[in-house]
Amino acid sequence: MVELWNLYAAFFRIGILTFGGGLTMLPMLKYELVEKRHWITEDVLLDCYAIGQCTPGIIAVNTATFVGYRKKGVIGGIVATLGMATPSILIITVVAMFLEAMMSYAIVQHAIMGIRGGVCALMLNTIYTLAKKSLTRKDQEGRLHPDKICVAICAAAFLLAFLTPIPTVLIIVIAAVAGVIIDRMTGGVAA
Amino acid sequence: MSQALLLIFEFFKTGLFAIGGGPATIPFLMDMAEKYPWFTMQELSSMIAISESTPGPIGLNMATYAGFRTLGTFGGIVSTLALVLPSIIVIIIIAKFLDGFQENRTVQAVFRGIRPAVTALIAAAVINMIRVTLFTEEAGKLIPQYKGCILCVIIFTLLQWKKLQKLHPAVWFLVAAVAGVVFQF
Repeated sequence: MVELWNLYAAFFRIGILTFGGGLTMLPMLKYELVEKRHWITEDVLLDCYAIGQCTPGIIAVNTATFVGYRKKGVIGGIVATLGMATPSILIITVVAMFLEAMMSYAIVQHAIMGIRGGVCALMLNTIYTLAKKSLTRKDQEGRLHPDKICVAICAAAFLLAFLTPIPTVLIIVIAAVAGVIIDRMTGGVAA
Repeated sequence: MSQALLLIFEFFKTGLFAIGGGPATIPFLMDMAEKYPWFTMQELSSMIAISESTPGPIGLNMATYAGFRTLGTFGGIVSTLALVLPSIIVIIIIAKFLDGFQENRTVQAVFRGIRPAVTALIAAAVINMIRVTLFTEEAGKLIPQYKGCILCVIIFTLLQWKKLQKLHPAVWFLVAAVAGVVFQF
């Protein structure tokens, strides 16, 4: 019981102290789980994190479930995840209530219109960063080269998403199948 | 009640297919904005700003916010729980049965296909968002809202400068909010 509570409290802390989520939370996880509490080793954390990135869902949540499971089984996984989710639920609910009440003021509306311009800029930058990471691969000397297959998949997926009403889920499934077919056709050398 | 079930269904689906973390949920949220009267695309852009400026993973914050907009506090709680449920199920199965999951060749091939597609999906979603937030449509023509477009270009340009890249997103939103008030966007 005490251990479950500790698990909940640790991930609550991580949730409340992480801004931005997923990729920015590794240092926080390392400090809380490896250095401070010695619950897992750094290798296990990196494993959890790698799996968290290549499984469906929010990376932060996947990592929480994995660490919780390692520590205390299925219940541990659930408790750690709830700990991670609680701060978001509390904080966002309060902020949302507050904002709804403020929306009728002209100054708030102007501010929000300004923020929308900022959001577009930051999102464009996110795409730029993501594209650099997901469309390239490193050669043996660590230099980045565009990965032709990834660029082709990206272009095809973009056209499908932008020009056709094909559902998002289907595009992801098609891309997954394409990944496997290409791997088999190239004999996995490119992977 | 049926609204709550729909909300749970949509966020469960998002949790199951949003691969690559927080930003990967945006195309799904955009689908929801198109399909249901829950929130508009314009509101979605404010949700992104708030989710990035408050503690907690962005994906969870956006789910709570979207759920709150739809069904109040209860909606915020069920959406978030629905979003994390697939993670809990999938991760526990992988942890229990699949050793070396991330080194498996097929798994790597699947993700080699999915990653670029997710980038494309987010790009398409953001272009849609720019169209509805920085442009107005009149008689089938897109008319740019100059102040918003200029601000977007300025911030994007500044973001390419390494030193400024480390600034917290909230700083940029604050700058944008001040610009919005001062220049009467």
